[in-house]
Amino acid sequence: MSEAISQGFIDDYDVNAIRADFPILSELVHGKPLCFLDNGASAQKPQAVIDAIADTYKHCYANVHRGAYAFSEQTTANYEAAREIVRAFLNANSEKEVIFTGNATGAMNLVAHSFGRGLLKEGDEVIISAMEHHSNIVPWQMLRDEKGVELTVAPISDDGTFLLEEFKSMLSEKTKLVAITHVSNVLGSVVPLQEVVEAAHAVGAKVMVDGSQAVMHMPVDVQDLDVDFYIFTGHKLYGPTGIGVLYGKEDLLDKMPPFMGGGDMIASVSYEKSTWAELPAKFEAGTPQIVQAIGLGAAIDYVQSVGLERIAAHEQRLLNYATQRLCAVDGLRLIGTATNKTSVLSFVMDGTHPHDIATIVDRKGVCIRAGHHCAEPLMDRMGVSGTSRASLAMYNTMEEIDTLATALEKVREIFG
Amino acid sequence: MSDAITIEELTDNFELFDDWDDRFSYIIDLGKKMNPMPEEEMIEENKVRGCMSQVWVTSRLEDNNTIMRFNADSDAFIVKGLIAVLMAIYDGKSPSYIADTDAIAVLAQVGLDQHLSPNRRNGLVSMVERIRRDASEALN
Repeated sequence: MSEAISQGFIDDYDVNAIRADFPILSELVHGKPLCFLDNGASAQKPQAVIDAIADTYKHCYANVHRGAYAFSEQTTANYEAAREIVRAFLNANSEKEVIFTGNATGAMNLVAHSFGRGLLKEGDEVIISAMEHHSNIVPWQMLRDEKGVELTVAPISDDGTFLLEEFKSMLSEKTKLVAITHVSNVLGSVVPLQEVVEAAHAVGAKVMVDGSQAVMHMPVDVQDLDVDFYIFTGHKLYGPTGIGVLYGKEDLLDKMPPFMGGGDMIASVSYEKSTWAELPAKFEAGTPQIVQAIGLGAAIDYVQSVGLERIAAHEQRLLNYATQRLCAVDGLRLIGTATNKTSVLSFVMDGTHPHDIATIVDRKGVCIRAGHHCAEPLMDRMGVSGTSRASLAMYNTMEEIDTLATALEKVREIFG
Repeated sequence: MSDAITIEELTDNFELFDDWDDRFSYIIDLGKKMNPMPEEEMIEENKVRGCMSQVWVTSRLEDNNTIMRFNADSDAFIVKGLIAVLMAIYDGKSPSYIADTDAIAVLAQVGLDQHLSPNRRNGLVSMVERIRRDASEALN
């Protein structure tokens, strides 16, 4: 996005008005104003989400898809309305393509189970990237060990850029699935999905994308990207915990066997044989995440009301300023400096441990994450045992970047 | 660890500091002054479970099995300093004292108990568990 355009988006971006929508942001931590910079782990919730959840429990709650009474019908309508919100959010072709899960990990395991165990065979290859979260590594390792599927890893450069040409050269007829993140949770690097999908489809491979770190930072159009599966979690998108989304192309989901068996996912059951319900119910066994889905719908409505392009422009400006401020801290080195990245800043500081940094800044009200960020192989690749990570959201401010930078300068002082 | 600090000294010193930056500096210094753990003891088997940082600990009985001595270390400096504080509580004490003494209650006096809460995955909780387990086993 050009500077001029981004400036135009920013001019009427009233971050204080947005902050006022998030009640928790006025809390104090250790007597200091909360400076919440761990949004990549989980984001805070606007009042609209809190209200949607509370209103459901207070005014109209029942199980869905069952009762022939008003409350159940209304709750079912609200639950299905949330599905329509998600469909529109991703621009999926049909509501049948939107499956609610417990979280993104649940969705990835669903694909590993139903697509992996159902449709892959020994010798088939799954390619992941070198910057996956454990949730997009371990399910495929389990599949490899169980079915003899091959698991290979597409490389990244030292600055955390996905190496597209190297990836393309790895593709072959035996590649059946590319399971890849959209945005790295550690580095913020954005993977060029359009090119990845095009190249994968050219050899007949399907593409599953983990969009958990992407959907809050940029508009995603699954038809435009032509991805086969797209997954995200609700709680990083200002929604509640306990809700994830699996988008899958309808014909593919149709071919896949169910993941879990139980209520709501069947058409008929007898002791001899059961038959499966139509999509999306086939993949939603048991009482679903009713209230969480409604909360997620409210979160998406909220984000859309502000506008993802405007949010992205605000976050890019924060990222630029934070990059500048952090690089000025003596002995601080950013891990992940790809040209195309979201508002995530991972860093190490000479002579300190990430855990020390997080502990010291915590006393100043600053919440950042320290550790391997559930991406141990990526830590190895970047040559560090762990990093500290500040991940910025729609409600963060320039002043909070100053607070972080000042806190880090103090860390520098303490460690000399 | 003859020059190790006592809990009384620690409590007194803590009261002198106005802010947590100074307290952390002090804790980091305590860690730096601690006897280094022999490198051959910093092995997988002596590691305790931690998510954000690594902690190693070994124990041995001395003086006709009347007292326990420990070596411990961490790759994080504040954690290492907190280990020095734990050493002030446990090192050179009898197995029965160690088995009966809850470090969290002691650290609560100086506002450091939150670092020993089970949801801080810094390895210190597991370290205390291992120290007290070793002490209980020495008693049997």
